[in-house]
Amino acid sequence: MLRDITLGQYYPIDSVLHRMDPRTKLFGTMAYIVSLFIADSLPVYAAAALFLVIAIRMSKVPVKFMVRGLKSIVILLLISVSFNLFLTPGTTIFKIGFLQMTWEGVEFAALMAVRLIFLVLGSTILTLTTTPNQLTDGLEKSLGFLGKVGVPVHEVSMMMSIALRFIPILIEETDKIMKAQMARGADFETGNLIQKAKAMVPLLVPLFISAFRRATDLAMAMEARCYRGGDGRTKMKPLRYENRDRVAYAVCFVYLAAVIGMKIIL
Amino acid sequence: MAIEIKNLNHIYGQDTIFQQYALKNVNLTIEDGEFIGLIGHTGSGKSTLTQHLNGLLKATDGDILYNGESIYREGYSMKTLRSKVGLVFQYPEHQLFEVDVFSDVCFGPKNLGLSQDEIETRAKEALDLVGLDESFYKQSPFELSGGQKRRVAIAGVLAMKPEVLILDEPTAGLDPKGRDDILGLVEKLHKEQNITIILVSHSMEDVAKYVSRLVVMNQGEKVFDGTPKDVFRHYKELEAMGLAAPQITYVVHALRARGIMISEDVTTVEEARDEILKLWRK
Repeated sequence: MLRDITLGQYYPIDSVLHRMDPRTKLFGTMAYIVSLFIADSLPVYAAAALFLVIAIRMSKVPVKFMVRGLKSIVILLLISVSFNLFLTPGTTIFKIGFLQMTWEGVEFAALMAVRLIFLVLGSTILTLTTTPNQLTDGLEKSLGFLGKVGVPVHEVSMMMSIALRFIPILIEETDKIMKAQMARGADFETGNLIQKAKAMVPLLVPLFISAFRRATDLAMAMEARCYRGGDGRTKMKPLRYENRDRVAYAVCFVYLAAVIGMKIIL
Repeated sequence: MAIEIKNLNHIYGQDTIFQQYALKNVNLTIEDGEFIGLIGHTGSGKSTLTQHLNGLLKATDGDILYNGESIYREGYSMKTLRSKVGLVFQYPEHQLFEVDVFSDVCFGPKNLGLSQDEIETRAKEALDLVGLDESFYKQSPFELSGGQKRRVAIAGVLAMKPEVLILDEPTAGLDPKGRDDILGLVEKLHKEQNITIILVSHSMEDVAKYVSRLVVMNQGEKVFDGTPKDVFRHYKELEAMGLAAPQITYVVHALRARGIMISEDVTTVEEARDEILKLWRK
């Protein structure tokens, strides 16, 4: 019942995007997000759409699976669209009370919706094609320069990868405890808000206990293998750029240049 | 006829890349008062099957009848079903949450909406059955030993007075003494309370001594179903599935290979001892 969460979930198949260096994908995603924020005309959106479609095709992840991730932003999308629709000043289409819909509002809301959807789809490609471990490895390496100014980059990335690693474990654990309490007649679905909150106690107490137990076990296991933080630590699989990464960087730069160019000319 | 399983199929993550057949066309009838061992390797579908029996998982296809009535019928009360078919999960001590042992055991009967008197009577009975006396009632469940915690958790299910009790690997992670205690307790429940027992395990050794019928699962399918001695005759096939017959089966077969014609139907060490003594005296 809790297994249907797709946001931040890795899709295990083989594709060029899956094999790409995580730093390249991070850069690509950043470039894409930047391009979305400077986009203000139709040709730029078209370029962004093209970039997205190519990336989705290259990732070989079924479109159906990606679109499912959009469900989580439907409410956010509705709110932002309705705000833009009714609160943008301009030529009025019709008016109810203090709410007025304007042509500018329609245009702005549509662009906003497209921007948000593109944003989520773009970052979903990153998480669908990159395992959490690769992702934090990439982040650690890319942000390594911050270590020089005293930011504990390695520790933060280690914390991140552990947190990410524990999400599926905790989901599974929640599922198991929920079932065990349901087998004892617990009811998580009916009742008012207070009753529902009370019904969570038999779920949350065991869940917290098991999370703490797992955390101590993990800390113990790491210390037993002499983990002392990042200093002098080497990687079993160091990140190395391949030719496909160089090509991808080139494509991203060309895309970014094109978008900026269009912005200046148009 | 307590439980009838008809052509049961279960698919996890249907229509995704993660799709996986957990149960394939399982048919099984469990009679009242039986003591069944459900055996299978990790991932064979045995836990999935047990979660269908009290409606925690819904079958992709197929039907389950409890006392002749389909549990998938419109309006069938899952709550009643779950009180009749008690399920003790693997590591059940992980579900404990109350401040003391007694309140934790009360959780199940309380959910059934019984009167306070009835709840307390049942909790006392259940704790009595698992062999925990009043000195434990006010203790925190988290301060008990592993074996004691497990007893509390089992009492939590027993307090609902189930007609069928399913135990998923009740001996996992216990020392030999704890294991024998729990299995002895299960046997007592079967004999004295006349509860139908389904004991899920991957260890033949554990269950051979207690059960009257063995059901073996492999890759989501039921492969063997019969008395322990019938099933152990297939010890070579069992081995191919990553399950081993009890060690005594190997001893018996090794003896037979050397021309000592001990009966093939021996399943426990005690029986083997008697058989060998019988041959000796001849």
